Amino acid sequence: MATVDVEGVRKSYAGREVLSEMDLRMADGELICLLGPSGCGKTTLLRIIAGFVRPDAGRVVVGGADVTRLSASARRVGMVFQSYSLFPNMTALDNVRFGPRVAGLGKPEQIQRARELLDLVGLSAHEAKYPHQLSGGQQQRVALARALAVRPQVLLLDEPLSALDAKVRAQLREEIRRIQRDTGVTTVLVTHDQEEALSIADRVAVMNGGRLLQVASPATIYRAPSHGFVARFIGSGAVFSGVAEGGQVRVEHLSLAARAAAEHAHGTPVQIFIRPEKVRLQAMGGAVPDGAVSGEVCETIFLGALTRVRLSVHGTQTPLNIWADLASEHAEAFQPGSHVVAQWDPDAPRVMAGGDTAD
Amino acid sequence: MSDTDRLGAGGWAILILTGLFFAVPLVMTAAFSFWEGGSRYGLEAYHVLLASPKLFEAMALSIELALATVAALVLLLVPAMIFMNLHAPKLRPVFEFIATLPFVVPAIALVAGLSALITGPDWLIGTPFYLVIPYFFLALPYAYRSIDVGIRSIDLPTLTEAAQSLGAGMGQTILWIVLPSLRSAMVGSALLTLAVVFGEFTFANVLLFHTYAVFINEIGQHQVTAAAALSVASFLLTWGAMLGVLVVGRGRATPIGAR
Ligand SMILES: Nc1ncnc2c1ncn2[C@@H]1O[C@H](COP(=O)(O)OP(=O)(O)O)[C@@H](O)[C@H]1O
Ligand SMILES: [Mg+2]
Repeated sequence: MATVDVEGVRKSYAGREVLSEMDLRMADGELICLLGPSGCGKTTLLRIIAGFVRPDAGRVVVGGADVTRLSASARRVGMVFQSYSLFPNMTALDNVRFGPRVAGLGKPEQIQRARELLDLVGLSAHEAKYPHQLSGGQQQRVALARALAVRPQVLLLDEPLSALDAKVRAQLREEIRRIQRDTGVTTVLVTHDQEEALSIADRVAVMNGGRLLQVASPATIYRAPSHGFVARFIGSGAVFSGVAEGGQVRVEHLSLAARAAAEHAHGTPVQIFIRPEKVRLQAMGGAVPDGAVSGEVCETIFLGALTRVRLSVHGTQTPLNIWADLASEHAEAFQPGSHVVAQWDPDAPRVMAGGDTAD
Repeated sequence: MSDTDRLGAGGWAILILTGLFFAVPLVMTAAFSFWEGGSRYGLEAYHVLLASPKLFEAMALSIELALATVAALVLLLVPAMIFMNLHAPKLRPVFEFIATLPFVVPAIALVAGLSALITGPDWLIGTPFYLVIPYFFLALPYAYRSIDVGIRSIDLPTLTEAAQSLGAGMGQTILWIVLPSLRSAMVGSALLTLAVVFGEFTFANVLLFHTYAVFINEIGQHQVTAAAALSVASFLLTWGAMLGVLVVGRGRATPIGAR
């Protein structure tokens, strides 16, 4: 339907910068998940695209046209809100046909289009119900149908699932994905749930502190995070600051095996990131091999097929934690308090430039 | 009605005591209104009332004043409160303060202030509609509360934004969404205003206007049973109004849809 370009957008509230120099280009029909911790500016960015907030600088371009100065009602941007936003005085059907009605369509066309969309979200049987007679999940489906009824160029969803329970949430997110594919509308879905983002997005945009840190496919974001923050925010794993030393990263007195460190000049500050599924454990016996670390098991978390084990690493001033995911039947040997050696394939860790883990 | 099963003896005792506290004075007043001297009881007092042309004059005046006050409140208060909630939520404490002022300032002080200060045009000061000004302020706290509850029960900013993103202008949003959502709150505030205006005595009496409350007082000075009859009638009237609020409030469950 339309490409969306956010170019150099900035926004401050009372002198505090909430969005700094935001650039995001979306292809036609793409589903981007905007992922980041609470307060990082996701809603603000969405509201700027929707036209509810004017940016201090920069442009919003939809389908090649600069809409920065247009009011929200002139933009043809569909929006689904975090809180329930259905008009309480109208039935589901009347909610959905509100857009076409405002646009001046004839009543039969309004109703026909509203019925099509209620059918798309699977709520045909509930068209005569008022919002308070619908469950939370149903209300958000109606809200989605209502937003789509104006045939928007862009669809914006601001944590539409966050108020729903886990089961409904998983079901509805698949449905959002299906509907988005069917309609082909360019979509931004805001979430603070990384699983949600990874499972349905074409690309994931990770935000922190008013900046976009990385915009890439879910697989890339997971496997090759560009920042320590992205690594820590997506999935789980350990990120340490250290210094590149050939095929190893030195963290205080420890040397951690990481072939990728060789790409960084000897002695430069880097961050090393190891996914828990790459870490192998064995009971302590004699010397610790080169590139491996020894530590004490602090806790084990049973996750069904997998058990996640947290180690506190020996030999560092600041306490370091490493996580290891083991098949649950192998995890019994590693009870809290036992001393173990953690190892990994030197190709597994990712090494990123920059020493500060807090970026 | 399974809730009543769980009341227990203490609960019932409190309910009955409260009921008596309300019912006894009413029943006594009603009984008194039927008293015709000695041990005779009848409808004499009500006949006297109905025969008095002044009753209907006073009632008509009170109704007119009430409607005018309701109109003034709805036209001024509702838009102001919608605007405040949407665009100036920081002003809420100011609104709250103004809305409670009439509770703090005694009515008689208001009358004194009003009669001393106002030197307005004759078309206003010379007519009973002059009373709409003080009545507006007397009813303000009640009307404000009622509308405030209504506005808080809907997410006004989100609803307006939703409407805007669907292409609606401010006018359409207010007409098709905000006002219908506030319907029961507005009816509630109108009925409360009605009750306030009907019961107001100080202003009307001091400023020498013959309203319903003034009439009750007057008749009470020489025809006590008629006054009692009038009280009973007023009570039933008010009760009807309150019942109206309740019914409308419950009507929210199935509001009139937009066409
Ligand atoms: N209208 C506003 N006035 C002042 N500060 C705001 C306003 N809107 C958002 N903020 C601030 O901007 C930051 C980002 O908010 P938001 O975009 O809602 O974050 P997110 O949606 O990622 O949780 C927050 O610190 C919030 O307090
Ligand atoms: Mg948000």
